[in-house]
This record gives sequence, structure tokens and C-alpha cells, in this order.
Amino acid sequence: MADWIRWHDIDAFLAMGGYGLYVWGAYGLAAAALGLEGWLAHRRAQRAWRATRLPARRAADA
Amino acid sequence: MRQLFLVLYLRDLRLAWRRPVDALLPFGFFVIAAALFPLGVGPEPQMLRQMAPGLIWVCALLATLLSLGALYAGDHADGTLEQLMLTGHDGAAIAAARAAAHWTLTGLPLVLVAPLFGVLFDLSGDALATLAFTLLLGTPVLSLLGSIGAALTLGLRSAGVLLILIVLPLAVPALIFGSGAVAAVEGGQSAQAQCSLLGALLLLSALLAPPATAAALRIALD
Amino acid sequence: MRFTTFAAPSRFHRISGFVLPWLWAAAALCATAGLAVGLLHAPTDAQQGDAYRIIFIHVPAAWMSMVLYLALAGWAAVGWVWGVRLASMLARALAPTGLACTALALVTGAFWGKPTWGTWWVWDARLTSELILLLLYGGYLALVESIDDPRRADRAGALLAVVGAINVPIIYFSVRWWNTLHQGASITLGRAPSMADSMLLGMGLMTLAFWAWAFAIVFVRLRAIVLERERDTAWVRALGAGEAAAHRVAAMRGATA
Repeated sequence: MADWIRWHDIDAFLAMGGYGLYVWGAYGLAAAALGLEGWLAHRRAQRAWRATRLPARRAADA
Repeated sequence: MRQLFLVLYLRDLRLAWRRPVDALLPFGFFVIAAALFPLGVGPEPQMLRQMAPGLIWVCALLATLLSLGALYAGDHADGTLEQLMLTGHDGAAIAAARAAAHWTLTGLPLVLVAPLFGVLFDLSGDALATLAFTLLLGTPVLSLLGSIGAALTLGLRSAGVLLILIVLPLAVPALIFGSGAVAAVEGGQSAQAQCSLLGALLLLSALLAPPATAAALRIALD
Repeated sequence: MRFTTFAAPSRFHRISGFVLPWLWAAAALCATAGLAVGLLHAPTDAQQGDAYRIIFIHVPAAWMSMVLYLALAGWAAVGWVWGVRLASMLARALAPTGLACTALALVTGAFWGKPTWGTWWVWDARLTSELILLLLYGGYLALVESIDDPRRADRAGALLAVVGAINVPIIYFSVRWWNTLHQGASITLGRAPSMADSMLLGMGLMTLAFWAWAFAIVFVRLRAIVLERERDTAWVRALGAGEAAAHRVAAMRGATA
């Protein structure tokens, strides 16, 4: 297992040979962008779902 | 079909003749925009000469795009457009006539005036001739592509800006080949390849843009 | 089973509900594996050091941005020509994800360029083409969002997308020409390193992860669009009624507790 992983320790891994800022910056932005997109899509789906239930709910509560 | 084309083409020219200011506005924009650049970047002749081909081409592109918004708007507002489309005439011929009139009023003056601006930027004589030639080939492409955009954005709220946003990416090849040709000649090389490609673009858009515009008009008017 | 079997929005809604969790799982699995291979296992590059590891996001994102645009144009055309409503809705659902992938490709490209080339941006042919693709997506979304009538919006968008798709090779060719034409060396963003097997494996896994993710997000959005547009149909009302019945039961249980 230790052979499979290139890095000797966590610090080297985070430093990424001196390019840590760029590599982790890129990955971080990617995660943020994809997360935002996912959240927005989810919000739209929720709103649509709630709008579906609304008239039926009103009829049920009446 | 040719008769329809001529009738509409001449009609558009006659309408523009009655309102010369409207027809001259994009032209005025071109002059102002092109004159702004030296004010913005400094008067150094070497730098201006290098920038001139692209700069003039971009200003021509923007001037053409700005005047496209009014291409169908007037006829759409008073219902003439709908009538034209409903009469069962060839939509492509209508679109082609419109684009041709637009080019005559916007593109052709640019072809004639741009070389003068080239002088202001100290381009060589050969480069000026190439500039006029590439604009002659390229501005019709812009009118044709732009007419698709004008038809798609017919009657929409921010149609003017939307139109520019839609058409700009499509106009990039013409810009690249057009300004590239002039830059090549200015640098002492042949511009044959660029001009051939520009000619090919013109042929392609002349064939495909009018039917696409007609389809867009039908979509917008349904 | 015919081609049109899945064209009914109701059937899509049912099936996608079932398939979604698997898509999320696949995306998570492939991403974990891909990141493990790419970040932990793949060797350091001789020229670019560890900065090259950004390609494990940059390249799949760029591929997806192009694939999604073609898919968008294709499905929009299907919806326009054959009147398949779900296809038009699918095109609308694809656009934001495509835009996101394009933006991601550009930004990660910049982060890759800074350590390898020295500047945040280079007018490299690929990046410039990607920028124009961003404008194509932007134009499409701006157009369809500013048309209120869904039918007109779908069709106008379809025409624009098809015109854009036809232009993409022309634009790409002209941009490549432009990049090599002007005096000075042809500018290219740092070359992807000659690929070791583990690098290829990492890229492959991340590509799969992006695919699965894209499917999942697009399905979520498409489900929303379907519910929005099909609001007045019987099956959507039944769906809502089913929910209302459950809501009533829960309220009763809560009252007697």
C-alpha cells in the first residue's frame, strides 16, 4: 500500500512539489463550482416538487 | 424569386433614403470608435500600424452588429413582416434581400471609408487595398450571419445586446481571416490563403444564412 | 421497445427517479478512484513537476464542455424537427452544466498555465476556442431565458445551437490558424506530459466521473423542468395528490400522538 502512494508524508502531498497553491486552488474551485451547480439544480427541483404538491395539498386541506 | 428579391431590396433602400440619419449612424459609430483607439493607447506610429488591421476590423464588426437590431424591427412593429411571411413567398429570398440591403447601407460605406482610416494608422498602400478587399468579402458575411441573430431576437426585450452576444462568436472566423490578411500584407507576405478562406465563408453564408434566417423568422412569428 | 418508448415525460420522471442514486454512486466511486490514482499514485512529471495534476480536472471538464454542446444541439434539433418535447427539455437541462464545465475548463486551465507558462492566461488556440465556446453557451442561455413562450424559446435555441455547432469546426480552425499566424512562436499551453499508464488511468476514471456527474445533474434539472412544464397534466396532478395524501396521513398521526 505504501508503495502505491507516491508521497512520503502529508506535508509533501499538500505542498505538491511547490505548486500546492495552484493544484489545490484548482481542485478547490472545481469542487466549489460543481457543488454550486448541484445545489442550484437541487433547489430548482425542490421548488418544482413543492409547486406540484401545492394545489393537491390545498384541495386536501379544504 | 429574383423579382421578389429586387422589389424588397429596392424598397429597403428607398426607405433608408427617406431617413438618411438612421442609415448613417453605424457609420458614425465606426468613425468615433476607430478614432478612440489612438486616444486610448497612444500615438506611437509603429504600435498603431500593428494594431490597425484588427482594430479597424473590430470596429467594422461592431458597427455592423449595432445596426442589425433595426433590420426587422420596423417591419415587425407594423405587421408588414408577418404579411410578407404569410403570403407564402420564399422566406429565404426575403431574408437575402434584407441582408443585401443592410450590407449596401452599412457594409459598403465601411468598405469605402475604412482604407481612409488605414491611412490614419499609416498602413501601406498594399495593406489598404487588402483591407478594402477583405471588408468587401467580410462585411456581407457579417450581414448574413447577423440577420439570423436579428430574426431570432425579434421583438425581445434586450434584443440589441442579445443579438450582439449571439452573433459575435460566429463572426470570429471572418474577423480572424480578414484582419489576418491585412496584417500579412503589411508584413510583406501573401494574403491569398486568408482571402480564399474569406471567400469560402462568404459563399457558405450566402447559401445557408437566408434559409436559416427564414426559419428563425417563422419561429419568431408563430 | 421503440425509440419513442422513453419520450414520454412521465416515464422519464419515473425511470430517472430510480436511476439517480446509482448515477450519484457511480460519480462518487469514479471520482474517488480517479483522484486517488491521479493525486496519490501517478508519478511526478519531469518538466512540469506536480503542477500537471490539474489536468485530471481540466481535460475531462474540457471534453465534457464540448460533448455537452453537441448533445445540446443534437437534442434541441430532435425536439424541433420531430416535435419531441422531452428532447427540447433535455437541451435546456444540458446548457447550464455545459456552461459550468466550460468555465471550469477555463479556470483550471489558467491555474495550470500560471506555474507552467508564467501567466494566468495565454491566448493558446485551445483555451481561446474554449472561451468562444463559453460565449456560445452564454448566447444560447441568454436567448432561451429571454423568451417567455417555451415553444418559441425551445425552437429559437435549437436553431442557434445548430448554427453554433456547425460553426464550431470553422471557429476552431480559424483560431488555430490565428494562433500560429502572428509573428512569434506558436503559443501553446503546457503540453500534457507524455502519459504514463497511471496518468491515463486517472484521466479515464475522472472522465467517467464527470460523465456520471453530468448525467446526474442534468437528470435532476430535467426532472424539475418536466414538473414545471407538465404541471397541468393528469400524471403530475396524481403525483401531487399522492404527496398530499401522505401529508394528510402524517398530519393525522401527528394530531393523535
